[in-house]
Amino acid sequence: MSDSCFSLDGASIAFAAGQTILQAAMDAGHYIPHLCFHPELKPHGSCKVCSVRVDGNMMASCTTPARQGMKVESATTEVDDQRRAVVQMLFVEGNHFCPSCEQSGRCKLQATAYELQMTSPHFDHFFPDRAVDASHPDFLLDFNRCILCSLCVRASRDVDQKAVFGLAGRGIGTRLIVNSESGRLGDSDFAATDKAAQVCPVGAILRKRQGFNVPIGQRTYDVAPIRESDRGGPEKR
Amino acid sequence: MNPIAADLKSADMDTPRKPKVRIATTSLAGCFGCHMSFLDIDERLVALLELVEFDRSPLTDIKVCGPCEIGIIEGGVCNAENVHVLRTFREQCTTLVAIGACAINGGLPAQRNHLPLATLLQEVYTTRPGLAHGGIPNDPELPLPLHKVHPLHEVVKVDYFIPGCPPSAEVIWTFLSDLLAGRAPASDRRTIHFD
Repeated sequence: MSDSCFSLDGASIAFAAGQTILQAAMDAGHYIPHLCFHPELKPHGSCKVCSVRVDGNMMASCTTPARQGMKVESATTEVDDQRRAVVQMLFVEGNHFCPSCEQSGRCKLQATAYELQMTSPHFDHFFPDRAVDASHPDFLLDFNRCILCSLCVRASRDVDQKAVFGLAGRGIGTRLIVNSESGRLGDSDFAATDKAAQVCPVGAILRKRQGFNVPIGQRTYDVAPIRESDRGGPEKR
Repeated sequence: MNPIAADLKSADMDTPRKPKVRIATTSLAGCFGCHMSFLDIDERLVALLELVEFDRSPLTDIKVCGPCEIGIIEGGVCNAENVHVLRTFREQCTTLVAIGACAINGGLPAQRNHLPLATLLQEVYTTRPGLAHGGIPNDPELPLPLHKVHPLHEVVKVDYFIPGCPPSAEVIWTFLSDLLAGRAPASDRRTIHFD
């Protein structure tokens, strides 16, 4: 344990050299809403849901290094309002229809929306026309639900050493692509044992033939809010 | 007064409003599942009727929405008649409430949004096997379908949203109790569900 500390909503958070604000906060058992962060993968800083006010400036807590004496505000109405707007934009950019999604109740996007008390998408829907790739024998790849968090990209590249996934294009044209000659998941070397098969926060990468093995209402985030399961802390490590 | 009505009128509801609060409800591109869930408040409906009266609603069969304090709409907007009804509700109702997934994001009917309307009508009425081949309906009384199905808030201002497919009777009851008591309905993260 280092002697270095910063303030998170008035609480003193100790951090080790090289840790980001989010890593240190989670190690101390504090929940900061996040979607594109995974404790075992290199931070990407793209979704901005983990944004906090650092000495007056909005910063992504997953990529901002912790500094001695910094003042971090996270659980404020103003910060949560901005996070909710980000999550609402993620909802309208894709096709997120929870009642017909097998990931409902296990989905981090949905659970984060609950956490931020989001009752409507607020913005106009894009209703984009996106494909479903059912070519893999064990997994369904539904681009309608992809939020471009790049967790599968990082897991496949850095853990599985396969680089099955990638993000192509820029800005609003950014999309998830599959590294195979046909561009289809079934023609890649993606496997059920891959780390990339375990990290999708939404229902974009779904294991086949598991539908409704746990009834709606009894799933992870139906039972306990995401702030309980994703707050980190020593007991989670 | 029955005990449930007494409970509802407790705290900040000592004086019942007179005349009764008028509520209108309707289903646009919905399945009436949200109305069924509303009816699942069961005997509390009796308590509710001591405080409110229904204007246009499937419960009254009144066809046109008059001036109301509260309008509750399930279902999204899929045709020209839906737009007309929604705009009338917005004009007539002080507080407009979108209830259920379809009213909030288009829901199941919006699954057609990535398909061209002409292709859909062709498939449903002419090319699908086993049809009588009567052609695409073209009666002037039929409302024209919109290019896409839209949630309510893309057409009019919506004051409150009750998500869920459907929202539970408890959630609906708590919402109405809050609204009728003059409290801002709380969006408790423990009761928000999108499924």
